Amino acid sequence: MSKILVVAQHDDGQLNVATARAVKCASEVGGEVEVLVLAESGQSIGEAAAQLEGVSKVLVADNAANSQPLAAVLAPQIAKVAQDGGYSHVFGPNTTYGKDLMPRVAALMGVAMVTDIMAVHGAHEFDRPIYAGNAIVTVQADSGQAVVASVRCASYQAAGQGGSAAVEGISVDAELPTHTRYVGLKKEGGDRPDLQSAPRVVSGGRGVGSSENFKVIFDLADKLGAGVGASRAAVDSGYVPNDMQVGQTGKIIAPELYIAVGISGAIQHLAGIKDAGCIVAINSDEDAPIFEVADIGLVGDLFQVLPELQGKL
Amino acid sequence: MKVLVSVKRVVDYNVRIQVKGDGSGVNLDGVKMSMNPFDEIAMEEAVRLKEAGTAEEVIAVTIGGDKAEEQLRSALAFGADRAIHVKVNEEVSPLTAARILKAVFEKEQPGLFLMGKQAIDDDNNQTGQMTSALLGIPQATFAGELKIDGNKATVVREVDAGLETIEVDLPAVVTADLRLNEPRYLKLPDIMKAKRKPVETVSMADLGVEAAPGLTVTKTSPPPARAAGIKVKTVDELVAALKDKGLV
Ligand SMILES: Cc1cc2nc3c(=O)[nH]c(=O)nc-3n(C[C@H](O)[C@H](O)[C@H](O)COP(=O)(O)OP(=O)(O)OC[C@H]3O[C@@H](n4cnc5c(N)ncnc54)[C@H](O)[C@@H]3O)c2cc1C
Ligand SMILES: Nc1ncnc2c1ncn2[C@@H]1O[C@H](COP(=O)(O)O)[C@@H](O)[C@H]1O
Repeated sequence: MSKILVVAQHDDGQLNVATARAVKCASEVGGEVEVLVLAESGQSIGEAAAQLEGVSKVLVADNAANSQPLAAVLAPQIAKVAQDGGYSHVFGPNTTYGKDLMPRVAALMGVAMVTDIMAVHGAHEFDRPIYAGNAIVTVQADSGQAVVASVRCASYQAAGQGGSAAVEGISVDAELPTHTRYVGLKKEGGDRPDLQSAPRVVSGGRGVGSSENFKVIFDLADKLGAGVGASRAAVDSGYVPNDMQVGQTGKIIAPELYIAVGISGAIQHLAGIKDAGCIVAINSDEDAPIFEVADIGLVGDLFQVLPELQGKL
Repeated sequence: MKVLVSVKRVVDYNVRIQVKGDGSGVNLDGVKMSMNPFDEIAMEEAVRLKEAGTAEEVIAVTIGGDKAEEQLRSALAFGADRAIHVKVNEEVSPLTAARILKAVFEKEQPGLFLMGKQAIDDDNNQTGQMTSALLGIPQATFAGELKIDGNKATVVREVDAGLETIEVDLPAVVTADLRLNEPRYLKLPDIMKAKRKPVETVSMADLGVEAAPGLTVTKTSPPPARAAGIKVKTVDELVAALKDKGLV
């Protein structure tokens, strides 16, 4: 039977919702699902994880060294817990936290890793996207070894509440390096809904033209209570910060409604929105590739369309 | 300081790939191949460090078949001083690539190993982290800014929440994200000069590396198709369509 360790992501003392999505994926594998919280003081985070449906136990490893999410410090502890506990699987979310951390865990354990699980066929068989999601491969992992994987969060709903797992404090005997030190985090996002979990997202591209002009995007988003995203071109041009980039190498999201404004629809951008429920495209070029994937397309100048749309919603 | 840079030969980012009808893979016949775009950024950063006097020598390394030499020549045209071609004809898993790159690292003893954050063919995003784990040295992934100061590097990382800054002791593995720099266009004289620069060819056996366990691909399929959409002519029609779907 599988015994799965899900590495919890948390920020500012709160369990990140990406953890609940990874738990949901782990539950599809079947067997026991346990969550590991590595924190400076992780009791309340552990209690939140214990409420996730499908979780049978939560392990909390408190250590001052765990105050910041440094992969070099966390990975040896995860590998140790995974090996000593005889876990068959170690899962993390495919956020930048998990992308940074899980390959380091896999290498320390000497096993292969599955990036971006999007479907589970069995304990050792998974689907994952390649080529910016333009192909899906079914991969078979060696059943004689632990499977280390990241879960494509956009493919999974968050596990429900209503669980009541035991929370157990543990101490992990692993040698931790001091060669990597946290200096600081500059948060860019304001108080708008989180891009990765918002049910509605409005994104702007190069067509928006400037950071001042991005106001039309923010205004529409505020009217809809939506998160705000952007194309790489909009980020590279300095209209908006990097954490708003949606796409193959940015955030992969699955909102119910995605409104792409002044975005041409390059494959790298589309990779980030393949699972959106409804894609709306607003673009002045009727031949823009975004219209090939849009559920609803409107050819027009965004500076006329957006204010009118905002007024009529 | 020596800087090592890994470069992978991948399908060009502009190509719209096709999945083979029998599910056996992706059609690569006659498809344009290029250096992985993130490796170009890593390469550019290394050359800038040399131009700034921080690095003395830049060495490019690739793992791949005969044709991967084309990408090494591009790396040399960027300004790498020499290149190492680890000749392997079959695809290697990220863990195997990491074992190979570890062996090359140990032979060359660079102060910095610059890699791409992700190869855009398999989108694995693993090799840099695995290489640094095997070497037991720091990793600074998704680098948007890199400053070298003696035997330390300060790296600004592009993370979900914004920009994170970490400090690492050197040697370290740093993986390049999109905004680390904008790679230069290669000029003809540099491409000509690159032809005469040295490329050393080695095998996995020469490096004493054995393949690591990997994943077996059993099937390749196209992504699920989206249902055909509609075009609306006015904002009123757009609002009506959204209401119809219960989205507003
Ligand atoms: C390695 C790599 C990774 C990448 N990763 C990503 C990624 O993660 N995410 C991403 O987005 N891109 C990514 N890209 C870049 C991608 O290839 C495209 O260059 C980018 O998505 C283009 O952004 P855009 O659509 O905003 O700009 P453009 O392609 O320039 O499109 C602008 C659009 O705005 C429209 N427009 C202009 N004015 C108006 C107006 N007044 N009203 C309405 N419409 C207007 C134009 O018709 C046009 O279609 C990546 C590229 C590489 C090489
Ligand atoms: N075959 C290879 N040859 C050279 N470098 C590689 C190879 N495979 C991976 N890399 C390096 O590792 C990075 C991340 O690759 P990946 O883990 O496959 O997404 C790439 O950007 C390259 O710098």
